[in-house]
Amino acid sequence: MIEVRELCKTYNERKAVDNVSFSVAKGEILGFLGPNGAGKSTTMKILSGFISATSGSASINGYDVKKNPIGAKSSIGYLPENPPVYGTMEVEDYLVFAARLHGLEKSKTKAAVRDAMEKCGIYDVRQRLIGNLSKGYRQRVGLAQALAHNPPVLILDEPTVGLDPKQIIEIRNLIQSLGGSHTVILSTHILPEVQATCNRVVVIDQGKVVAVDTLDGIANRMQANIRLLLNLKNDPNPILQKLQKLEGVLSAAILPSGMKDNREHKIAIECAKGFDVRAEVAEICVQEKLGLLAFTQEKLSLEDAFVKLITKDVGYNDETRELYKN
Amino acid sequence: MQKILLIAKKDLKMYFSSPIAYVVISVFLLLMGWMFFNLLSFFQQQMAQFSAMSFGNKPTLSDAVIRPLFGNMNVILLFVAPFITMRLLAEERKDHTVELLFTAPIKPLTIILGKFLSALALIGIMLALSFVYPVILAFASKPDLGVIFGCYLGLFFVACTYVAVGLYWSACTENQIVAAVLSFGTLLFFWLISWAAHQAGPVWSDILNHLSIIGHYSNFSQGIIDTTDIIYYLSVVGFALFLAHTTFDSNQWG
Repeated sequence: MIEVRELCKTYNERKAVDNVSFSVAKGEILGFLGPNGAGKSTTMKILSGFISATSGSASINGYDVKKNPIGAKSSIGYLPENPPVYGTMEVEDYLVFAARLHGLEKSKTKAAVRDAMEKCGIYDVRQRLIGNLSKGYRQRVGLAQALAHNPPVLILDEPTVGLDPKQIIEIRNLIQSLGGSHTVILSTHILPEVQATCNRVVVIDQGKVVAVDTLDGIANRMQANIRLLLNLKNDPNPILQKLQKLEGVLSAAILPSGMKDNREHKIAIECAKGFDVRAEVAEICVQEKLGLLAFTQEKLSLEDAFVKLITKDVGYNDETRELYKN
Repeated sequence: MQKILLIAKKDLKMYFSSPIAYVVISVFLLLMGWMFFNLLSFFQQQMAQFSAMSFGNKPTLSDAVIRPLFGNMNVILLFVAPFITMRLLAEERKDHTVELLFTAPIKPLTIILGKFLSALALIGIMLALSFVYPVILAFASKPDLGVIFGCYLGLFFVACTYVAVGLYWSACTENQIVAAVLSFGTLLFFWLISWAAHQAGPVWSDILNHLSIIGHYSNFSQGIIDTTDIIYYLSVVGFALFLAHTTFDSNQWG
């Protein structure tokens, strides 16, 4: 449904989007994840036909965005970073205008706009001036604008920005319900949003694609080592050697205790991926009568994986990083 | 075509949902009313003098009231048009609503023409309201209908020129004030361009005279409809719209 091939966008000398390729299947919800300034919005602007790429190609619904812009544009609903709403228009008038602009027939417009307003929870404010609405409402008017003409492809740039927690959940549910019948690309820098709505995720940083995978895939890939944390009543020094000898254990070390009287000791054990030594560790502690108080396995969360992905050097050096910062 | 009208309708509606249309129309009508009143009372005085002394030429309604009135209307339009056109594209870009227009399945030319029509329609409404003055004259006397028609036709072409030039400058910037000042400057320059004709050589003086916006209007105000003048206005409008379209379309390469 969406094919992006080696897309580049250069502003002056700076590469905002650098050789980005990915594809989205029909009915899929793809998350576009990355920190601020990573090139998410630029990529989406190119897909929507708002700006042209410097090189590379993109096609939507079989239409090349450069060669057949009208065809590509009639297949998409686009919610830009800033909702493109007219402050001096009423909500309903605005949505009717936007839907008609996207080629919806006059006879179908009223019902379609009503439907979109109900889905986005703005039916009650349909006769108010958009300029008088709060940020959250304006955002939802923008979203309704993208939905109203019922396009096969939706490009949503940070759709939940400015919404309150309840609205965020509503909009996420709405986006989820669009999957299957619509192809959706949504960008965000908020991880739970991707977790809640997307099938697959493209992680982008500094204009480059860092990873394209399912959420579990990314978490697994990043989860190289497992860390076990133990709280013990007695001094664990005697057993450190024994723990280190266990198969799969990379290291075992005593952590500085936070308590002054040293009544509680903490140790951390690093295990290689694919080894589960929890049972053995517990057995040793019991045998040595160390007084096991707590035993936790630290799992690398998706959040950690995300941070790791975008802070790790991925194929480019510090010099470009410095350039980027300036 | 349908989309052009859709955009034109939306923009015309927006003029009336903000104070712009009301302010512009009332200022225009107030000034026009004041001028009409003064021209008419001066004409009355001249007529009284003429009938008392029976000397010289009899002043005509066309020369003493209609032509100066429409000439002044042209000046007011020159001042007012940049304020009408400044927001057309500049505001869309400033408010990011241009993204809606640009990502809709329409050609940039559709947007340009829709915008052009909306501003022209507002000026059309102003001109239609000014029709009250010829009507008043028609009640009191017998004004020359040919001159009135010529003046209106001339003003229509002049208004097209003002809007097209204003639209071009509005496509160039996000700042409405900048767009207004540049439009006004450009238009005033082409009003006064024939000033240099007196000193210029024979060829240049012809060229400069031909470029003048106001020079081509004077034929219309005599009730003469010359295709040369119509072609002049149409080509200026076409060229300005072409520039506006090119500038606007090139935004996507930024």
